[in-house]
Amino acid sequence: MMNAAIQTNIARLQVMKAKVLAALRKGENYELKTELNSEYKERRKEAVRRVIANMTVGKDVSGLFTDVLKNMHTDDLEIKKLIYLYLINYAKTQPDLVILAINTFVKDAEDSNPLIRALAIRTMGCLHVQEVLDYLCDPLRKCLKDANPYVRKTAVMCVAKVFNLNAESAEENGFVEGVRAALSDSNTMVVSNAVSALAEMNDMAPQRKVWKLEPQSVSKLLTAINECVEWGQIAILEALSDYTPKDEKEAENICERLLPRLQHANGSVVLTTVRLLLMYEKFVRRADLLAQFAKKMVPPLVTLLSSEPEIQYVALRNINIILQRHPRLLSKEIRVFFCRYNDPIYVKYEKLDVLVRICSERNTEPLLNELKEYAKEVDADFVHRAIQAISRLAICYESAATKAIAVLTELLETKVDHVVQDVIAAAAEILRRYPGKFESAIPTLCEYMDYAIEPHAKSSLVWVLGEYSEHINNVHNLLSTCIDSFIEEEDAGVQLAIINSAVKFFIKQPQRGQVLVLNALKTATEKCANPDVRDRAYIYWRLMSADPNAARAVVLAEKPPVELENVDLSPALLQELVSELGCVSSVLQKSEKLFVYKRTEKAGVPRDSDALGSAQPGDLDGDALGASATDNGSGMAGGMNTTTNEGEPELLISF
Amino acid sequence: MASAIFILDLKGKPLIARDYRGDIPLSAIDRFMPLLQEREDEEGTGLPVLTENGVTYLHLREKDIYLVALTRKNTNAMTLLQFLHHLSKVFTEYFKTLEEESIRDNFVIIYELLDEMMDYGIPQITEPKILQEYITQESHILEITPRPPMAVTNAVSWRSEGITYRKNEVFLDVVESINMLVNPNGNVMSSDIQGAIKMKVYLSGMPELRLGLNDKVMFESTGRTAKGKAVEMEDIRFHQCVRLSKFESDRTISFIPPDGEFELMTYRLNTQLKPLIWCESVIESHRGRIEYMVKAKAQFKHRSTANNVEIIVPVPGDADSPKFKSTIGSVKYSPERSAFVWKIKQFQGGKEALLRAHFGLPSIRDEDPERRPPISVKFDIPYFTTSGIQVRYLKIVEKSGYQALPWVRYITKNGDYQLRMPDALTSGESRLPPI
Repeated sequence: MMNAAIQTNIARLQVMKAKVLAALRKGENYELKTELNSEYKERRKEAVRRVIANMTVGKDVSGLFTDVLKNMHTDDLEIKKLIYLYLINYAKTQPDLVILAINTFVKDAEDSNPLIRALAIRTMGCLHVQEVLDYLCDPLRKCLKDANPYVRKTAVMCVAKVFNLNAESAEENGFVEGVRAALSDSNTMVVSNAVSALAEMNDMAPQRKVWKLEPQSVSKLLTAINECVEWGQIAILEALSDYTPKDEKEAENICERLLPRLQHANGSVVLTTVRLLLMYEKFVRRADLLAQFAKKMVPPLVTLLSSEPEIQYVALRNINIILQRHPRLLSKEIRVFFCRYNDPIYVKYEKLDVLVRICSERNTEPLLNELKEYAKEVDADFVHRAIQAISRLAICYESAATKAIAVLTELLETKVDHVVQDVIAAAAEILRRYPGKFESAIPTLCEYMDYAIEPHAKSSLVWVLGEYSEHINNVHNLLSTCIDSFIEEEDAGVQLAIINSAVKFFIKQPQRGQVLVLNALKTATEKCANPDVRDRAYIYWRLMSADPNAARAVVLAEKPPVELENVDLSPALLQELVSELGCVSSVLQKSEKLFVYKRTEKAGVPRDSDALGSAQPGDLDGDALGASATDNGSGMAGGMNTTTNEGEPELLISF
Repeated sequence: MASAIFILDLKGKPLIARDYRGDIPLSAIDRFMPLLQEREDEEGTGLPVLTENGVTYLHLREKDIYLVALTRKNTNAMTLLQFLHHLSKVFTEYFKTLEEESIRDNFVIIYELLDEMMDYGIPQITEPKILQEYITQESHILEITPRPPMAVTNAVSWRSEGITYRKNEVFLDVVESINMLVNPNGNVMSSDIQGAIKMKVYLSGMPELRLGLNDKVMFESTGRTAKGKAVEMEDIRFHQCVRLSKFESDRTISFIPPDGEFELMTYRLNTQLKPLIWCESVIESHRGRIEYMVKAKAQFKHRSTANNVEIIVPVPGDADSPKFKSTIGSVKYSPERSAFVWKIKQFQGGKEALLRAHFGLPSIRDEDPERRPPISVKFDIPYFTTSGIQVRYLKIVEKSGYQALPWVRYITKNGDYQLRMPDALTSGESRLPPI
């Protein structure tokens, strides 16, 4: 009873609250309405400011549309700009009311001040309203031919906006032609905006073939680029990315004229130039030129690493791609990629990837020393990657393996929990890569048996026990301890490793291992809840009792060499990303098909059909490392030719 | 290019939103913070480029705000991030500080700037000096309505015509910052010189300037031999006023400068350097205390002096009751950054200095591994460049024919200067004598 009463009261209160709030909100808008119609200029101005302030924080002030518009006809440039802004915001929702503003726009487009002419034409384009289009045509035509370049550069951009609204109309009215003509304008800002506008239109409607770069215009643009502001330079460079040189001579010529761009202070000018050089180099055959291009590319790329962290990040992601095209390009510059203590973690990860990539046999030593420092840092994930890198270097270069083992042994001494786990797994991998080489390190490794807690570390170490039992004095004790705690062990991978190692030990030293192996198999078959583990134990048991020689052949079979996980992009994707260097796709290192929505799709909402759009950047590289580590761990533990546990059941069938 | 630009507060709430293309619903910004936090590290730095549902978010953080660009195309990410940096530069120029408060106070002008700096998502005019000529904080009345500055429509977009000064002067500052990463054993892991030539130009009219440096490549290409040392700069980057094609063809640095202060060029030298200031340290950690001995050495010419040297030595976060003793300078414990700071006002080349520090530690400590920040060093050495670069001449020609005086200063300072610390000695007898 009481509860119900309270419930109704609460409900009532909520209704009241909503009403009060609505009244308040209405109150503010009502007040603004009065103010906007005030007879005093200053008060009207203040009211417009408040309207925009409210709009900015997301309050709905669309109800004031007509009142705001009344103030549009003003001499005050600030008010004018604010009202234009208001229009841009609400034009879409109230297209019929926009017509009320048209008169002022058209009048402004003929103002004596070029700033106001440009403002009018720019804003009209931003309204995205079909109705405006008819009124826009005349002013736009005039502005495209305006005497003032500031107005022209704005008008050129406006054509792209009109084209987006109605491509047909833009072409029929000769606007597109006007933009093409603007490519030869005397002012470089008009030229570069024309380039941008044409590229935009091409992109909106490729079938209309709005623009194709001709050799003559390429030459003209390359001259104009010298005088352009940085953004104009980028626009021209972007346009050149879609151009295919007609012959070798032209490609050489373009590349040579592009080289000075590498000296520009804007990193995007630099990176886009590098993109073009890489794209055009397939047309160039002269080896001396190619070598010159490569040489010129290096310093600016390195300098990008002294920029702000965000720029560094994009640069590093792109350098990663460039290196897959030119693996040796930066090998002399390895030191600039060393991590700084205060680098953001995302920069550190990228540096680490690049370091491993550019390392060659000659500089493994300093890099291993450096990686050792990273492995002592606090961020567990970074430490994990650093240790992965150490094992990768060792597996890649035999000459680095000795040093790598020394570094790993040194890291063991830190006794830091997560370091020891990764080090054990990494060391086991190196042992497996170079059979019979680093057996002296095995006893040290085994001293850390108690520290191995993580499944991937523990299964690796147990694998070492079985594989190298002849080199470990107390192997019997160690294995017995493992078997004693077999049931408490939670990870099936580790349990499998224990069975395997026990069997291996028995086959190698039947006398010492007899009791031990029986104990292991008994525990596994009788007490273990996991069917996979039980099955594996049964298989070994039957195999050994049925045919000891077959068992020997299976258990001690030669294992395939450890192979490095391939971290390179597929050739097709690499090709695509090189031609999109600097773009979002090359930062994410995935094809634009995977994250760019079609023009018809609504951005900002999940795609219904597939989950591609929700894929996160970095999925491709980062986590793959971690996953592969555990895979290899259990694969090793299996001690079979197969590398995954999924392959095991087939064995049963073959018997 | 960009579909919209947002300025957000730290919680991700929009302070400013400017929609350029209308092809992304503005509500898409609500997904930015969750997306960023998903992939954030403990210091709160998230990836600068994030994608979800066909929208790419590019951002950078300044104090307590985020600048975010949204796009739905596979656009040039580098360009947009560079643009955001320009945006932050322009705002800082206009409002002195760039933070939530200054954004709120100036939203009208910010909208004006956003309208001028980008059109249909494509960057336009971003030069602060030029913008200030026609977008001002004072409200405009038609009589004095600004017009687009000549510069915007000139061939020279960075300088307006008709500038006059009574006294024509140019100041050149050659500033070299030393980046250094050294291992505890003294091995230099990486080192480079980041040089910059900064100018303050107070010249009338449209002057043509030509700068001569002792550039090795230029000397070699012209067959001249340099008097004294020539410097081989590895990567030179110029302000957009410098004619790049001219430099490419004959290495002349010629330009019409913008008015006032700007950075003419930056360069980099990747030479293996000896640390100018080197600190050798021994750390001993015992139950309940930790001790440091730091020996600093000024490894440059005797006639130079490093000013305002600060050696910042990190200590464990839970260290307390500091005791210091040093041969020169003053030492202060700075618990808020878990470090002590050794300040030496003047440190002459070739000299050595010694410091001893003692801290108490709680007897029960966290088992987790300690962060291992490096020692960092700050300094500036006037009248000295590490690379040996020199300004040979600065020629100034203006059609009115005035005489102008160039002034040149040189200075070397620390850049990112990190000296890694050795591991603390823990076992055995204490080798450091008590303070």
